[in-house]
Amino acid sequence: MEIPKSFLGYKRENGRVGTRNHVVILPVDDISNACAEAVANNIKGTFAIPHAYGRLQFGADLELFFDTMIGTGKNPNVAAIIVIGIEPKWTKRIVDAIATTKKPVEGFSIEGAGDIKTIMKASQKAQEFSQWASEKQREECPLSDLWISVKCGESDTTSGMAANPAVGNLMDKLEPLGVHLCFGETSELTGAEKVCAARGATTEVSKKFMKTWSDYNDFILKEATNDLSESQPTAGNIAGGLTTIEEKAFGNFQKIGSRKFIDVLTPAEEPQKGPGLYFMDTSSAAGECLTLQAAAGFNIHLFPTGQGNIIGNAIEPVVKLTGNPSTAVNMKEHIDLDISKILKREMNMDQAGDELIKTTIRAASGRLTCAEVLGHKEFIMTKLFRSA
Amino acid sequence: MAKTDIIIHDEKDNVGVVVIDKITPDQDCSCWIMENDKTVKIQSLNEIPLGHKIAMIDFNEGDTIIKYGHDIGKVVKTIKKGEHVHVHNVKTKKW
Repeated sequence: MEIPKSFLGYKRENGRVGTRNHVVILPVDDISNACAEAVANNIKGTFAIPHAYGRLQFGADLELFFDTMIGTGKNPNVAAIIVIGIEPKWTKRIVDAIATTKKPVEGFSIEGAGDIKTIMKASQKAQEFSQWASEKQREECPLSDLWISVKCGESDTTSGMAANPAVGNLMDKLEPLGVHLCFGETSELTGAEKVCAARGATTEVSKKFMKTWSDYNDFILKEATNDLSESQPTAGNIAGGLTTIEEKAFGNFQKIGSRKFIDVLTPAEEPQKGPGLYFMDTSSAAGECLTLQAAAGFNIHLFPTGQGNIIGNAIEPVVKLTGNPSTAVNMKEHIDLDISKILKREMNMDQAGDELIKTTIRAASGRLTCAEVLGHKEFIMTKLFRSA
Repeated sequence: MAKTDIIIHDEKDNVGVVVIDKITPDQDCSCWIMENDKTVKIQSLNEIPLGHKIAMIDFNEGDTIIKYGHDIGKVVKTIKKGEHVHVHNVKTKKW
């Protein structure tokens, strides 16, 4: 197949391109969720992203919180954004950082004004943003404006045989076109860590990966009550035939095809080395991983599943594919691309990769994904430790 | 092309994965090795569902299971060629 050269996206003020045109109402903290949701309820064409944190965090945990909030606002899938927090200082810090993209952003703090007056003022601004964003049009953009993140979930042995290598096939075909790519899931590479490290583009990057993996593994060994056998593999993985974390890891690892990764990112860190494949240190929990990848600026996500994970994301469209014929039938409404024909040898990996490229470009150009249509807007903060 | 019941990723692998709804005891199964595109046969000893693994050789306790050409765990209970390979007879070498 000749790979299409372009997709239809929204060009942003800072040169990045969005696959969506969201107007977001972002609460800074747990107690501002009610206010943000009231504004989103008042003003059509907007939505709130409620979450559980943002109070009394400190140190590295607080820094990750800010990186996640700011990165979410800066993501090119967000056209304009209202930030609402209880106190002015943290609200302003987030607003000022998002403003560097030159996109419309305005902050409101509730202390001293109360919910009702804040809802009124923020709603007026949200109306302005919603109507402004509604006039934005999609334009033809090169595929190099795609920033594709990947993560698999509810994996089974079909993930390693079909869906994950299909993503790898897409990576092998799109990386030479200048696409940004990102994989994560530090704990789920356990068992394949040395093979993964060898895929670092330089010795330095390989070392950086091994340090990241070792730190995570040390943390798990320190905190685990016995071992991770109850969580890795999960009950769903085991039902699907996956026996050990090593088997899961080598299946997982198929997602990067034959690519090498050019850098190791900290959670939510924006890539700085240009196009290519990046590894990000993330949890293997889907909600957390996708939220961090979206905060790093990735604008479309590919999610291979075996037994049928149903995850979506607040701002990043999530394209799901499966190689499991039962899941493709029984959970049809969640599956954007069914490649189960691979198991019957009625489709080869090259064809599956091509189908995935077509599905990805359609979703990037505006076709709603299954997760979007079903209302999945997961936004899950990664918390490093308890608050003060 | 013959119907494929089992897929084996790599030539070096000593287990295969069932890709039909299930295989039944004493079924003559056709196995496709993805890496070299060869087909081999095996007779099953148990019922094994879609996505689960079958032993391609006899294993003793302490042996290593190879899939994707790599070590994916250790055998903790003797396994006969054609038997179901899973959490009841294989464990991780990690954790």
